This record gives sequence, structure tokens and C-alpha cells, in this order.
Amino acid sequence: MSITHDEIKKIAHLARIKITEEEADATLKKLSGILNLIEDMKKVDTTNIAPMSHAQAVTQRLREDVVTEKNQREKLQKIAPEVSKGLYIVPQVIE
Amino acid sequence: MEDWGIKEISNLLRENKISSLEITTHYLQQIKQKNPEINAFITVDETRTLAQAKLADERIQKGEGDIFTGIPIAQTDIFCAEDWLTSCGSKMLHNFVAPYDATVVKQFNDVGAVNLGKTNMDEFAMGSSNETSYFGAVKNPWDLTRVPGGSSGGSAAAIAARMCPGATATDTGGSIRQPASLCGLTGLKPTYGLVSRYGMIAFASSLDQAGPMAKSSEDCAMMMNVMAGYDVKDSTSIDHKKEDYTKNIDQPIDGLKIGLPKEFFAEGLDHNVAKVIESAIDQYKKLGATIVDVSLPNTNLSIPVYYVLAPAEASSNLSRYDGVRFGYRTNQYDDLMDMYCKTRQEGFGDEVKRRILIGTYVLSAGYYDAYYLKAQQIRHLISEDFKKAFQVCDVIMGPTAPSTAFKANEKIDDPVTMYLQDIFTISTNLAGLPGMSIPAGSVNELPVGLQIIGNYFSEGLMLNVAHQFQKMTDWHKAVPQGLLS
Repeated sequence: MSITHDEIKKIAHLARIKITEEEADATLKKLSGILNLIEDMKKVDTTNIAPMSHAQAVTQRLREDVVTEKNQREKLQKIAPEVSKGLYIVPQVIE
Repeated sequence: MEDWGIKEISNLLRENKISSLEITTHYLQQIKQKNPEINAFITVDETRTLAQAKLADERIQKGEGDIFTGIPIAQTDIFCAEDWLTSCGSKMLHNFVAPYDATVVKQFNDVGAVNLGKTNMDEFAMGSSNETSYFGAVKNPWDLTRVPGGSSGGSAAAIAARMCPGATATDTGGSIRQPASLCGLTGLKPTYGLVSRYGMIAFASSLDQAGPMAKSSEDCAMMMNVMAGYDVKDSTSIDHKKEDYTKNIDQPIDGLKIGLPKEFFAEGLDHNVAKVIESAIDQYKKLGATIVDVSLPNTNLSIPVYYVLAPAEASSNLSRYDGVRFGYRTNQYDDLMDMYCKTRQEGFGDEVKRRILIGTYVLSAGYYDAYYLKAQQIRHLISEDFKKAFQVCDVIMGPTAPSTAFKANEKIDDPVTMYLQDIFTISTNLAGLPGMSIPAGSVNELPVGLQIIGNYFSEGLMLNVAHQFQKMTDWHKAVPQGLLS
């Protein structure tokens, strides 16, 4: 399985990581090595084997729909890069 | 000051032979003296630490102390601690002062333990050498030219250099056990779900598990008594009956059946490390254990499976770092997309970016079945291997890591070689089983760890098995040259 320079750029965009041409080349080399390692899985016959997503056979718990957290807007926004009047500020997205 | 462990400090505090303020001051001095060279701590806050120690002393004087009250330990920087910088070793969180306590941090605060500071780690716990931290590499106190292991390398180096008697750590593929092995310490990764993940910055949620690291098994047991427990705030926490992990630690272990998987003694294992492990097994025979041959045939597949599942989960977990609500934001950007992409380009280090990209790739359209689903199926096979093995033995033993501590910069440019460091530890994370590393000997004056793998929720037995070995041996008491002052 090989991966191309363009594919690297595509997945970097999907992952919302800016990548330069040089970075893409360096990443290509390293990712190819890792993907070769992963290819070993192909040798295994997994027909009818159930996928395991969790270490324990547990189901998602449900709880009563009640308020458990108090309003801490000021405290939580103190650590934000940019806030104004209780809102998080990002570049304009709608004209 | 003597080279005390947590248990001794606890006894001295309760007998009023020492105060928390005295012992805490001692460790803060050790940190001041040794940390500039070792780089095991990211954040130290003497004022706050000493205030905690004073409160602990008052509590003890009033007779309200717990067995852990007044004991100073370090917290790994993956745990949110209210009003403490919580960086997870990343530039992305270099300015993140946590607004709340992780459950583990709260548990230690509640019993009156003292927080000595936040320890260094590989960025977002991704690494086996503690070289990927934004705050610089950590050095191994046994040999400053070598790595301490990772990702919990700061916690390991801090204990090995006697800057603290114990520390919290986390293990997604070996990040407690491998650094414990490389630094000559005892470390336990509990059964998945036993220790709360609430407030523990997520890497691969189905594999991440926190545990204790200390010099001895007895000390780890005492930490487990604080850390283990059901937490409604963690959706994968398991409602397991609270245990006293120190209770059966002194039980004899004659009749114990130890399974030795032949796959753990195969190619890739340093032959000197193998010899140390074999002689540790001989010690166990003297303690009355019997040896059973077992097989974990899919061991080699654990690395490819892990490097699909862990990056896949990481790519999802780390999508939260967008420069909007907390953490790093790039200085210059044109629009929202540009802000996201530059923030993540600049805020993440190379290894973290690699793993996000792999995760994104294996989850992307057209590849899901071939990679993610396939990996989950093989994860099932790996888990079944252990189930079979535990039908004929009580614990499984083998090496923790394939070699002793390697040189700094030796593997950092070759991710695949670095990943092979975890060949013996990853499978237990995939199965969700508890694993432990204890000092079992040395090669060229570098520590070697023996790995003990137990069945689900058998931490009590594992700590007992480890303690019996430590009663017969002194490896866990060995101190790096020139560091005990």
C-alpha cells in the first residue's frame, strides 16, 4: 500500500493541519513506513470475527436528565484566546 | 534524608517523627537541585505545594488524617489540576490553566496528599522516549545521555532521581511500564476502567488508563487505594467493588502458576535482557511458583493493530484543539479555515501530527473496512489469546521492553523502530488487561523491568506477586549513581 504526495495533502486538509510541500514530502516517507507496518494485518483471516471496540462488555449508561454543572462561563472563558461579551470570537464566517 | 518510600513516609507522618512540611520541603529542594539537568517537571509551584503540606500537617494533628495525608507525590501533566498549567507536553496547551480537577487529582487532594508539581511527558502521551515534549526531552537519571522511556518519562525520571517518592502516570500502549522498566521503578497499568479518565487528557480513549508509579509494589498498592474507583463522570468507568490493594500483599505465592509466552522471548529481545528475565523467573520458582508454557500467537500483530486504532481515536480526540475555546491560537490568519489549519500546524509537534494524519487516513472514505474494522477484529483475536492463556496460569510474565534505555536521538527519526519499543506492552492495552513492570536486574548498570500481566481486576494478586519478589531482591532499591544526597 503506498500513499501519494497528493493524498498526504488531502488528509492533512481533512485533519485541518496546514502542510507545506516540504513537510508533505517528509511526512510521505514516514507515513509510508508506518503504513507498511500496518499492512501486516492483511495476512490474517478475520472472516466472521466480531470487531472489538471496548475492553469490557459494557453498555452505555444513562442518567436522569438533570442539571449537574453550574454556570461557570466567566471562569471557562478566561482561558479562551479571544472572547467578547461572553462570546467566543472567531473570524467572520457569514457575510 | 533517607531514601524513603511512600509507606515509610506514611508511617513517620503518623508517628509524628516527621512533618509533611519537612518532607515536602526536602523534595522541593531535590527538584530545585536536580530538575534543571533531568527536566522531569514542567511546572513546580512551591507556594501552593507548601500550603498543601501545612494543611496536611494540621489535618494530621487534629487526628483527621488518612493514611495518605501529607505524602508528597507528583502528577503527570496529562491530568487537569485546577489553576495549574496543564500542558500535556504540547505547545497547543502551553497556556492552558485547567479550570477543574481530574478525578485522580481530586482523589489525591481529598485524602490530603501534597502535589509536588506536574511532570513532563511525550506530547499528548505519544512517544516511547519522552523526546516529543514541547518542554524539552527528559533525561534518564541512570545515564543522562539516554532516554527515560515514555510517554510518562517525566514521572519515571522524577522518582528515579529521588525528586518524589511516587507519581501518577498513564499508559495507552506501555507508557507506565516501559519508563518504569527503563528507570528501575515499579509501575502498574490497571484494568481498563478501574481508574477514572475524567480530566485526563484523551489520546486513545479505548486504551488510555492511569496508574501509579513508585519505587516498590507496596507503594503502588497504597496509591491504587487512592486512585481506583468508580466514577460517574467517566462513561467507561467500571463499577468494581472497592478493594484494599495492600491487604493480601504479604501472602505467600507458592503454587502460583506463571505463564511464559514464547512470543515474548523471540527475536528483537536483547539477549542480556532475556537473561535477567530468566533469572527473575528462577527467583519465582524459589518462591514456590510453577512455570507453564503459554502462547500469545498474535503478539506481533499488536503493533499494527495499535497503530491503526490509537491514531484513529487520537485523530478524533485531538480535533477539539481548534484555537477557539482554549489553548494555542496562531497569530496571523485570513479566515476561519486558515485559523484552524495554522493553529494545528503550529500547535502540534511532528509525532502528534503524524498520528493525526494516520488516524485520518485509516478512517477516511474507502479505507475504514481495510484498516479500522480489520484492526478491531484482530484486537478481538489478541484478547482471545489472553483468555486462553489465563485458563492455565494465574499471571503471565516476560520482559517489559526489548532493551534497556537507549540513547537520546537514537530512534526519534525512525517512528517504526520507536514503535517496536512497545511490542510486549501494547497487547495488554488492546485486551484491557492490567500490566505491571518491576525492577528485576540490570545490564551494564541500566535497569531491566520484568513485566507481570494479570487477568482482569487481579491487581491485588499482581501487587502481591511483585511484593514477594521485592522482599527477596534489592533491585527496586537501587539508586542511580551520584543522585542520592
